[in-house]
Amino acid sequence: MKGGFIKNLPKVYGLYTGGFAVFIIIMAIAEQAGVSAKNIGVMFVAFTVLIYAFIGYLSRTVQVDAYYVAGRQVPTVFNGMATAADWMSGASFVALAGGVYFGGYTYMAFLVGWTGGYVLVATLMAPYLRKFGCYTVPDFIGTRYGGNLVRACSVFVLFIASFTYVTAQINATGTIASRALGIPFEAGVWVGLISILICSMLGGMRAVTWTQVAQYIVLIVAYLIPVFWISNKVGGGVFPHLMLGDEVARLGELEQQFGLVKNSAADMKAAGVPGGLKYISGTHAGVPEGGMAVWKYLSLAICMMVGTASLPHILMRYFTTPTVRAARKSVAWSLFFIFLLYSSAPMLATLSKLALMDPNLPTGIIGKSISDVQSIEWVQRWSEVKQVFIADFNGDGILQLNEWFMRGDVVVLATPEVAGLPFVISGLVFAGGMAAAMSTADGLVLAISNALSHDIYYKIINPKAETAKRLLVARVLLVIIGAAGAYIASFRLTSILGSVAWAFDFAMSGLFFPLVLGVWWKRATRAGAIAGIMSGILSGLFYLLWVYPKFSVPIFGGVNTPFLGIDHLRFGLIGAPVCLVVMVVVSLMTKEPDAATQKMVDDTRIPTGKAVLGRQH
Amino acid sequence: MSNKDAYWAKTKNHMIITLVLWAFFSLVIFMFGSELNTMSFLGYPLAYYMTAQGSLLAFVIMLFWTANKQEKIDEEHGYSEREED
Repeated sequence: MKGGFIKNLPKVYGLYTGGFAVFIIIMAIAEQAGVSAKNIGVMFVAFTVLIYAFIGYLSRTVQVDAYYVAGRQVPTVFNGMATAADWMSGASFVALAGGVYFGGYTYMAFLVGWTGGYVLVATLMAPYLRKFGCYTVPDFIGTRYGGNLVRACSVFVLFIASFTYVTAQINATGTIASRALGIPFEAGVWVGLISILICSMLGGMRAVTWTQVAQYIVLIVAYLIPVFWISNKVGGGVFPHLMLGDEVARLGELEQQFGLVKNSAADMKAAGVPGGLKYISGTHAGVPEGGMAVWKYLSLAICMMVGTASLPHILMRYFTTPTVRAARKSVAWSLFFIFLLYSSAPMLATLSKLALMDPNLPTGIIGKSISDVQSIEWVQRWSEVKQVFIADFNGDGILQLNEWFMRGDVVVLATPEVAGLPFVISGLVFAGGMAAAMSTADGLVLAISNALSHDIYYKIINPKAETAKRLLVARVLLVIIGAAGAYIASFRLTSILGSVAWAFDFAMSGLFFPLVLGVWWKRATRAGAIAGIMSGILSGLFYLLWVYPKFSVPIFGGVNTPFLGIDHLRFGLIGAPVCLVVMVVVSLMTKEPDAATQKMVDDTRIPTGKAVLGRQH
Repeated sequence: MSNKDAYWAKTKNHMIITLVLWAFFSLVIFMFGSELNTMSFLGYPLAYYMTAQGSLLAFVIMLFWTANKQEKIDEEHGYSEREED
């Protein structure tokens, strides 16, 4: 088929990376020649998006297995890169370093959670699902437990989890497209959507795979170059990851010197601090004391880890490898590629904070006179768009630590400017953010539409459908899901829809135990799975409505105190245990699965031999 | 015990060892965050280092180790796949 292409992959992507490097150099020269910052931003985003669209077009297909699982011929390392792009969202790229900057140690539970989850993926799920030969995650649940009802239940969970996530991603593509191209947000959302659909519609999983590899290369280059450059510029060391110990200690001293003050809500309101902007009120590297603080950290890490191992758009990436053992290795490579970015985020946060706080550095602003700070060019530019804000609470004309407010995203988007790097780097960062948001949105839209077209349309509604019709339905659904996501995103409801973390909690509530027990416990039955999935997702959803003030006030008429500190970010800790208990109890009460099902589980556990589901099914 | 059962027993064991290591690096050490933070590594406070980089690196190494070990178990029991790629 395309064996030649697979063999030549290293060469193809090597050329692509070289081409991208040449493009960056051309942009740098253009900047020197006087091309405006805005035009450089436009060219970066337009050029990279056109390349992805071209890859998407080249990968078009009319075959079912190419559309659903990229023909199961994606080599280990490349699948690792594609998964890393699939995984790291616009939010990871733009907001992670800002989260570390303001949240410190407690926030970094996300870093551990979003990487540790891959150990669960590799040991409990990926190799077995690959052996099973399914096209989608509900395809496994539907076949293992048998029956349309359990299949539909798992599609229901997949839909809730992935759709929560995808609106946030389309929102991110819209934000970045609007800033880079200088168009209104609502138009940016549709530009983002069209870019996403061009990449995925013609070639399904195959097209998404090869564009995600290309997007990974752009996003990692865009993240690492500024980190290394800034580190060397502010004297942080050639290799920041190993050499910022002194800088972290220095931040501790500066926190002592300036003092960590908590502002009262009334003061902030009176000064007119725009919503979403934050100030530093906690230590950079300190660990909060007390049992509750430990529990907050651990519970968040658990939810993110278990959620990671249940998210369908990640699991389905491992259906595309040629063998079971390639699936295992591919999980390891995925985590390696993710590690490159995640381990850099705290370093970027450290450098960025130091650049702003250290009075010995030319970039330092804390402790300087407010009128001086307000005349700095980048402060003016970001103040205009309400991304940074100064409030002189004590009226002394000097900028204190608690008087400087900024949005978390600014850490990634503005630090290159703050440190005085050329604008070409900021353009590169825009392209990286766009790549990160697009690649995740692509994976999610495909996960949803594949589940609807394969599991609902083909398996339940019309099992006699021909290949051409199945693929047509898949593509139509892809467009509908994408458009629905963009439509909702264009209302900017994300603050109401809440956090990306919810997707993890939903997936964990309804899918984790049905997937794990499907492989590891032969006694798990259909009735157990149906009861487990539904009780898990519904109890999790109910708890979320009860605990999250924006929902609980209209529904329950008041604010409820979280049970055991389990707030809206952690509601999976309610759903998943309910799912487990109900599933085990109901399974034990019902008749043991028949011999054919038991044999199916046996076959799943062994890497060799025929897959349970045929190559074309 | 049949070959299949022996294979699965070993795989299960291997899974448990991996998950114990995983729990150590993701949960156990962070139960002692404030104690660990009085120690230092590469000049960073230790708990800060682990959550920013150390545990993440441990997971990466663990995954390559665990995949290689599982391949050995496959070979021992004759379930090694023919390399197709």
